Amino acid sequence: MSAKTAITLTINGRDCAIAVEPRRTLADAIREDCGHTGTHIGCEHGICGACTVIVDDEPVRSCLMFAVQANGRKIRTVEGLATGDKLHPIQQAFMDHHGLQCGFCTPGFLMLAVGVLEREPNINDEDLLDVLSSNLCRCTGYQNIIKAVRAAAKEMRNR
Amino acid sequence: MSAHGTRGSGMTWVGRAIRRLEDPALITGQGRFTADLPAAHWVRFVRSPVAAGKILSTIGPAGTMMITAADLDGVKRITPILHKFSYKPVGQPPLAEGVVRFTGELVAAVVATTAADAEDIAERVELSIDETVAVSDARAALKSGAPQVHPEAPGNVILEGKVKTPDFDGVWGTADKIITVNARSRRQNATPIEPRGAHASYDAATGRITLTCTTQMPHLTRTAISDVLGFPESELRVIAPDVGGGFGQKMSLASEYVVLVWLARKLKSSVGWIEDRRENLIAGFHSRDQYITLEGAFDKSAKLLALKTDIVSNIGAYSCFPTTCGVEPLMAMAEMPGPYDVQQYQCLARGVITNTCTMAPYRGVSRPVITFTIERLMDKAAAAFGIDPVDIRRRNLIDRFPYKSAMGLEYDEATYKETLEMAVKAIDVPAFRKRQKDGRAQGRHLGIGFATFSERTGYGSPAFAARGMEITPGWETVIVTVDPSGFVEARIGSSPHGQGLRTTLAQIIADELGITPDMIKVVHGDTDRAPYGWGTFASRSLVISGGATLIAARKVRAKLLKIASHLLETAPDDIVLADGMAKVAGTDRTIPIAKLAREAYTQTHRFGGEIEPGLTETGHYDPPGTFSNACHVAIVAVDVETGHVKVEKFLVAEDAGRIINPMIADGQVHGGIAQGIGNALLEEIVYDENGGILTATLADYLPPTAHEIPDIELHHIETPSTNSITRAKGLGEGGTIGAPAAVINAINDALSPFGVQIDEIPATPQRIRAALRGAEKLA
Repeated sequence: MSAKTAITLTINGRDCAIAVEPRRTLADAIREDCGHTGTHIGCEHGICGACTVIVDDEPVRSCLMFAVQANGRKIRTVEGLATGDKLHPIQQAFMDHHGLQCGFCTPGFLMLAVGVLEREPNINDEDLLDVLSSNLCRCTGYQNIIKAVRAAAKEMRNR
Repeated sequence: MSAHGTRGSGMTWVGRAIRRLEDPALITGQGRFTADLPAAHWVRFVRSPVAAGKILSTIGPAGTMMITAADLDGVKRITPILHKFSYKPVGQPPLAEGVVRFTGELVAAVVATTAADAEDIAERVELSIDETVAVSDARAALKSGAPQVHPEAPGNVILEGKVKTPDFDGVWGTADKIITVNARSRRQNATPIEPRGAHASYDAATGRITLTCTTQMPHLTRTAISDVLGFPESELRVIAPDVGGGFGQKMSLASEYVVLVWLARKLKSSVGWIEDRRENLIAGFHSRDQYITLEGAFDKSAKLLALKTDIVSNIGAYSCFPTTCGVEPLMAMAEMPGPYDVQQYQCLARGVITNTCTMAPYRGVSRPVITFTIERLMDKAAAAFGIDPVDIRRRNLIDRFPYKSAMGLEYDEATYKETLEMAVKAIDVPAFRKRQKDGRAQGRHLGIGFATFSERTGYGSPAFAARGMEITPGWETVIVTVDPSGFVEARIGSSPHGQGLRTTLAQIIADELGITPDMIKVVHGDTDRAPYGWGTFASRSLVISGGATLIAARKVRAKLLKIASHLLETAPDDIVLADGMAKVAGTDRTIPIAKLAREAYTQTHRFGGEIEPGLTETGHYDPPGTFSNACHVAIVAVDVETGHVKVEKFLVAEDAGRIINPMIADGQVHGGIAQGIGNALLEEIVYDENGGILTATLADYLPPTAHEIPDIELHHIETPSTNSITRAKGLGEGGTIGAPAAVINAINDALSPFGVQIDEIPATPQRIRAALRGAEKLA
């Protein structure tokens, strides 16, 4: 336990002013201090990727970043993907291709995929497989996640 | 979702790959998981750092709240019971009482206002344990002089199953060849991505506790906790919200949940606990730690005559609730012959207690291990007889139905041979053999492996009763209500957590009632809202809850027709329900189904006392069980320099009866195979010689990533089951059951020029290199 530091996280375009201990992870701050529980925590040691969010356009494991390191930076979470009722192409593709079962790892995969596809819209299949191997899913066997991300990549290129 | 495709228009919802009704919330971050709930207090458990010892003292930091077993006065031990197989009941106190029996066992709980503070306090607890000698290996535990884990189970044997068919000895003596496999399955952890967790809150107005937890069986969790804590069930509500995968690990009662409910009652407040990954890996239940010796007696034509097996199952330190630790050894005993026709059988199956984490069901339970064992036997026998692995299976697979196994199980119609032939044709074996030969000439070692298996699914209470279970699960109840607005709610006792049951059950109801699935809400996972039921496990929910749904929906349909018959003044037989309307066949006279529903509540006076008010019907279903089947084929490349295995291709020909939603069915198979490939190659919980765990992170315990899973090619046959009223068979576990056998057989095929045999899962690079080094020494 130690003194708290005042920080502001910009989550999905809205400022969230909070005071956190220096040791507080970004994942805990997003979920508990700012109330966005769509970001999930699966291992807290940077392996499973369930907590992946986008920080300044890069996918980040939010359990491996301290909240204070994200002070003033732009954070995107699963709650910010859709525009009103209009789903993001990656969300639509996960539904269309059955890319999720229990849904626990899903927000992490969505944010990982969006972060990568925005950076590399023409990513080849081999590199995409490398990227998607960053996160763990225990339900789908990855078949339909890969299909969904490829479909979303195509859709995002055509937009 | 369109209104097209209902019964009357010649198409059914059943059989269609509609998108899941579960998904919109889950893909937008609106899922509701246990960890999402705020709590006034948070718990951190103090766990035993050693595998065995006497607790001398547990001292918490001054001014903090800590409880130990001494505080849980009057709380009973968790004591599951079997009435057969010389079972020795051993009780598990929710917090250790004087003795610890495995690394990670709960010793104390500390409480603080944040999870981080609780963790800080737990680190300052002074726990003094007089460490004693531990035993973690089941064979070592069986030796005389081994440490005794529980005084109630002398020799560490907690149960023993024995069978021998009457003509066994005579037939065994006629064998042309006896083939032996010494199989070893290492310990594994189901590893759902959501760790376990619980949240117990106290309602001051009623004194009730609501326990929200990551369970696959909310109703039995409620029964068990009220038993252990000694208060009426009506004072406890259990909610299974969105649950992030279970695979069996979340069906057993967690001691942690008992402590949470006790604390919420004590504090009259809300209390949360979320397991971290280390806790999950060391103490979140383990599985599959077995030694199996299997001998097969074959006649001259390679026909299997008799099987003899010795099963040693490491059940850990306690017996899991409710299935008991019989779940692995007794399933292995009952189902070892698998898809093969063999009428003579001898088996000794023992459950052995050790100083390790308690064993509990994990997807497939014993069948990934026994399938791997008998499929190794078949490949070894094929080699001994000089015939092809496919040929020996052709000669031995069951092909007449119903078939009664040596253990008395009745197999309904399946397609063991047909799926094998389908797979053989699709994989093009001759082309592979050529590629294998060419590869070997260049130092590239490819192998092909087959696995054929039966998957007993959807079995009701008689199957569980055969094990002598004090608590005998099996049936399911579904209550279907059409409300006055014409929308439908189906309340079910099962508790899906990723299987898509909200969608598939809605498809079943939609066909019966002539409406669209999006008008139907399936409610589950809340003991206040759903009828008593057993939950989701054992590839049962679509068959049993689906059957109960169909029964209830048919009753609702009959009542709708009766009401329509009154209003349309036509015989019920002349009315069809389709496209949201009741129609008089052959006329244009219609009435909306929503109007029928409204009248069922608001115009009952019109029915002359012949129709009871309301539109709610209940279905119960308790089926005998049905067998799904499949043939899996793996093609692997083994790097003989490093021992690394790459699965290049995986092909499945499967038959799970009538398929309700092909998209969801394929997803279940994909996921099962990925777990099976992980089980075959990567996943292993490792204990050191003192019972300490060496694999406590996901960098040590390795679920497969997308890189390790090849493209999976699926082929289907649908043989409708006569033992299931929806004609569907279960398919949740099949992927995991067949994949380890196919992968290990493929590795052995690849390494056949080296004269090595790999009969162990996982086949890690170290094990493959050790086998190759051993062969080099011999050469």
